[in-house]
Amino acid sequence: MKSRLWLRWVWPVVPIFASLLVTSLLLYLFGASPIESFQAMLKGAFGDQSKTLSVLAFWVPLLLTATGLLVTFTAGLWNIGVEGQIVMGAIAASWVALRVEAPSPVLITLEILAAMAAGALWAGFSAVLKTRGKVHEIFSGLALNNIAIILTNYLISGPWQPSEGGSFRGTAPFQAEALFPLFGSSRFSPLSLVLALVAFGAVVVTLRGTLWGLQLKALGKNLRSAFLLGVSSEREMILAMMFCGALAGLGGGVRVLSWFDSLRQSISGGIGFLALLIVMLANYRAFWIPPISLFFSVVLNGAISLQLRTQLHSSLGGILTEMMVLFVVLFGDATKIKFLQRKKDHD
Amino acid sequence: MQIELRQIRKYFGPVRANDGISLTLEGGRIYGLLGENGAGKSTLMKILSGYQLPDSGDIFLDGQPQRFASPAEALGSGIGMLYQDPLDIPAFNVKDNYLLGRNRRVVLNYKTAKRELSEITTRFQFVLDQQASIESLSLGERQQLELTRLLVGGAQLLILDEPTTGISADQKEKLFASIKKLARDEGKTLILVSHKLDEVQELCDEAFVLRKGQLVGKIEIPCPNERLVEMMFGQIPLRSDRPGHTLGEPVLELKDLRIPTYRLTVKDINLTVHEGEIFGLAGLEGSGQQLVLRACAGLIKADHGHVSLAEQDITNWPFQRVRTAGVGFVAAGRLEEGLVADLSLTEHLVLSQPSRRFFIDWSDARKKIQDRIEQYQIVGSPDSGAEELSGGNQQRLLFGLLWESLKLILLEHPTRGLDVRSSDWIWDQLYQRRQAGTAILFMSSDLDEIIERSDRIAVFSGGKMSRTLDARQTNVDEIGHLIGGQE
Repeated sequence: MKSRLWLRWVWPVVPIFASLLVTSLLLYLFGASPIESFQAMLKGAFGDQSKTLSVLAFWVPLLLTATGLLVTFTAGLWNIGVEGQIVMGAIAASWVALRVEAPSPVLITLEILAAMAAGALWAGFSAVLKTRGKVHEIFSGLALNNIAIILTNYLISGPWQPSEGGSFRGTAPFQAEALFPLFGSSRFSPLSLVLALVAFGAVVVTLRGTLWGLQLKALGKNLRSAFLLGVSSEREMILAMMFCGALAGLGGGVRVLSWFDSLRQSISGGIGFLALLIVMLANYRAFWIPPISLFFSVVLNGAISLQLRTQLHSSLGGILTEMMVLFVVLFGDATKIKFLQRKKDHD
Repeated sequence: MQIELRQIRKYFGPVRANDGISLTLEGGRIYGLLGENGAGKSTLMKILSGYQLPDSGDIFLDGQPQRFASPAEALGSGIGMLYQDPLDIPAFNVKDNYLLGRNRRVVLNYKTAKRELSEITTRFQFVLDQQASIESLSLGERQQLELTRLLVGGAQLLILDEPTTGISADQKEKLFASIKKLARDEGKTLILVSHKLDEVQELCDEAFVLRKGQLVGKIEIPCPNERLVEMMFGQIPLRSDRPGHTLGEPVLELKDLRIPTYRLTVKDINLTVHEGEIFGLAGLEGSGQQLVLRACAGLIKADHGHVSLAEQDITNWPFQRVRTAGVGFVAAGRLEEGLVADLSLTEHLVLSQPSRRFFIDWSDARKKIQDRIEQYQIVGSPDSGAEELSGGNQQRLLFGLLWESLKLILLEHPTRGLDVRSSDWIWDQLYQRRQAGTAILFMSSDLDEIIERSDRIAVFSGGKMSRTLDARQTNVDEIGHLIGGQE
């Protein structure tokens, strides 16, 4: 029993190691030294201060999104639309940054609120479509993701086009007051890290110690029984989606206001889907989420400089993450693995 | 073909679904298989049709021992089963569906299929458009298609599981005509698994009755309905001479209630339950009593009539609102509808209680559940998961989670699967509740329980509710009549 419990806890590491192993094998087959490559990757991530700050800057929106997804996964919802919620958050923050003039603290507060509201609204659509229209959240999420991306492209090439002419790449840089205060000359904003850690703390407390957290847990495990025990399933599902949407939207805001300085074409950079993977890897346990999302940030940032140092393409980072997707699917989540299950008294 | 089952046994854990059943079926006859829910009918038929293997026992076809590992093998030996929900693929058309079960070649032989299909459909006067997609067919038409498939597959014994549920009167007539034709003209054996006594009376030559996994009776049909009811439920003792309760004010009133559902429409329900009264709803499973209970709980909608609780109109209020108004509801499926597997007893208590505080006071909650565990004699700890409890303890927990003061308690099979001691204990709790003025409306498939525990009784049959009976004055004959749908 004891050793099994121990296994349950380290289970998330298994797919990571397996994918490292397979990637090493691939590197070897292509005549590159795996050790050198991974070293180059680590150097790329932690080689100097600016690189480390870059890892942190990438980590924050990822952590925010994954934290939000912890709530929807607890409630048994597949919030695939999280990607679109990030984009909508970015658009709303950009709107404030482009259109409102105010002192920096007021402007930043407004941007944060707008980003959260837009993300929540976008997630709310998915939720209402589910509870009222019987559309599964996966399908509405995918559709809403595309609509959000199309809207970005329209804004960039239309109304928010830079005055010197459309480039299809982004809007003009925002006014300086609108941007998050950055650490030195990096793209890392300490403010965003504080926000992410507060959000993470709040979610941990909510899921462990509040009635709402317990209601979501019950919904996720057995919707019918939870309903009969007094959980208003529709309201709580919508709220859970909107809660996640708000955090994802904030993540999108952080992307435009610190990582970039304008609204860009692929503003999310796939963080939404990455965050889904992180939460599944963490097996829905909160405390695995910060380290795992940090790990991904290291891999993806490190891979960028890999190409400069070795002859390998930077898609190695991508290959590594895709391998992990494969292994997560293969190993499944720990609760479903037979030999890890607690033995039931009967049956 | 002669089919013989010898000493068939199938246990699921402690449940003896089939406990040594032996019976013989002759060709050219129609048999009824009767028994209440959980009597073992489905298990026996699944074994006979190759869907499940028995733990022990043998099947002989014309004296030859047989063992079926799959439904396809059973059909190969001439045994086919028509399930309540036909096993077809909705997106396919009729011909493709037919071929899916028949064709074993790479290239589909549409010509033969078309000929075979039309030959059988003409023989039984089925109207099947071969190009129609399954989705566009009614349940009755899908049944006809499935029946055709089984017949072409060479079925000599056909098992029909509740075949008339959800089909139109016209289709029912056609189905019955083809059943008779199959037996009389073609010498096939048919088994009709049914809850509907009048259908068994109309169609069958002989009926087998199962109770608690054993064959308790074999009787030539037609016979009086009461005989069948008595065999299904066993000897029913008269109600013990327990004093009735003096009736208080009306708590629950149903007026001209109509509840339409896909399978059955319940109509003209008029019923009053008073403070401190225990009202029992009898009837075979699926006769409408459950729909009435659930409409009172706000789980399904009525399209006509009124439900009022203590003189307040609560018709079609949503469940949570009905609950807050003081109605407790305990469903039959404990881990499906009631408890959440993987949540602890403490967590269940927090979820179910009326307190809506934002932060949970876990130590207070643990203290409270500890009290209930003692009071309700639950074998378990505050941290046990609900799924770790035995059935009886799950039921005790569900009662422990009911709010302290309730106007009305609605119960589905309050003691199903419990031993005598646990059942008595549950009813003691309910008697205490009624002393406090709570009205209790319950359904049960256990006639003993209905007669012994209720003050008044109503019997459901095919969606109709009988007149109200006084539990102290009724007897098994009267209830038997009403269950069979006779006034």
